[in-house]
Amino acid sequence: MEPVSYREGFLDGWVETPAGPVPRVVATLRARDILGRWKVRWGIGRGRYRIAPRLYAAGNPVPESPVLVTANYKMTWDALRKELGGVDAWILVLDTDGVNVWCAAGKGAFGTDEVVRRVTESRLADVVTHRRLILPQLGAPGVSAHRVRKGCGFGVTYGPVYARDIKRFLADGMKAAPEMRRVAFPLAERLSLTPMEIVGLLKPVGLALPVLFLLAGIGPGVFSLSGAWQRGTAALAILAAGILGGAVATPLLLPWIPWKAFSIKGAFIGALLAASGAALYRDAVGPLQTLAILSALPAVSSFVAMNFTGATPFTSPSGVEKEMRRAIPVQAALAASAIVFWITGALAG
Amino acid sequence: MNGFRYLEGVATVRLAEASCTGCGMCAKVCPHGVFSVPDGKARIIDRDACMECGACAMNCPGNAITVSPGVGCATSILNGWLSGSKPSCAC
Ligand code: SF4
Ligand code: SF4
Repeated sequence: MEPVSYREGFLDGWVETPAGPVPRVVATLRARDILGRWKVRWGIGRGRYRIAPRLYAAGNPVPESPVLVTANYKMTWDALRKELGGVDAWILVLDTDGVNVWCAAGKGAFGTDEVVRRVTESRLADVVTHRRLILPQLGAPGVSAHRVRKGCGFGVTYGPVYARDIKRFLADGMKAAPEMRRVAFPLAERLSLTPMEIVGLLKPVGLALPVLFLLAGIGPGVFSLSGAWQRGTAALAILAAGILGGAVATPLLLPWIPWKAFSIKGAFIGALLAASGAALYRDAVGPLQTLAILSALPAVSSFVAMNFTGATPFTSPSGVEKEMRRAIPVQAALAASAIVFWITGALAG
Repeated sequence: MNGFRYLEGVATVRLAEASCTGCGMCAKVCPHGVFSVPDGKARIIDRDACMECGACAMNCPGNAITVSPGVGCATSILNGWLSGSKPSCAC
């Protein structure tokens, strides 16, 4: 896929070097950078949100200026350059297929070989006099510092986890304070990840809908269209509530819900929602329907919450697998009993 | 990361102290403070905080660290089970 050209938006000139002219970066974001970030948060144009991998200049770098290495995901790039006001540095952008540093490092795209290749291709050794690269710490799962040195003669210093600390890191003589080495997962970040959780579920929900409405038509007597509509929309509302519970409420409340397993956190939120829903509509729903709601909502919320492990920076694959082996049978049993309660409730009229 | 601790007793990260040269790289790259290198030898001080990203093993020049790395992502593990292949992340 061709990367969208953002040139005119973030470059404002050229810096001459022995390896040829290097484009200079603007350190401020424009309205369309911010709009672009919003769209990508909702999954729009995500695959094309990338910039050309190469060497760039920030400010007025000289041969002694530091070299910062980053990924060619436009959102990562914006996060870095907006922190570079007043900084003179070189920026080496790796080709990570438009994926952020952390995910690309996990896949190996932000990796030792790509660092070596890009250093060689950009003729960095002709541009700078020193032999040091500053990599974001979250790139470390893909990069082996000692192998980079062997591969291209450049040593690797891991900088802070977050671009916002880069100025302090440079000012302190390339030393990261311990708190700059830790990942955090604040509310704002959890919130910004929820749209993608929902977008990712649209397709499976779309596939489940016809089945849901068919089942909804089962009642005393023949298949009834009005019954299908009424009970189908009710079932859809329960499904939507479960998704909101697991993909929005659980992530937002994450650190305050007791228990460590995401499936339990999600089930708890789902149970709360189900209980309040059943209480609110107690005159409209019968006992079997109430049981159906109490089983379905926690099952959906629990499953969806479990999937949020993929977005967090602290869940280990061993832990997630252990949790899944225990949780999925329970979620499946709850979902199955919900359907049984629902249908027998309808047959009983 | 108060409030952000995950399941205990599962992390696969291990350290062979004999191979450690005390370079301090593991403590630098770990985003969860799992390692400390107090006196020329690395120690695991908080194994349960490990998310198995693999950064420490990747950057240990003495090959003193082993961990089975991966992404802690339920969707990718589920896809791995269903397709019978290695979990791969869609992020
Ligand atoms: S990175 Fe390896 S050699 Fe260096 S301190 Fe850690 S365990 Fe020891
Ligand atoms: S695998 Fe990652 S989280 Fe675990 S100890 Fe190593 S660097 Fe730290």
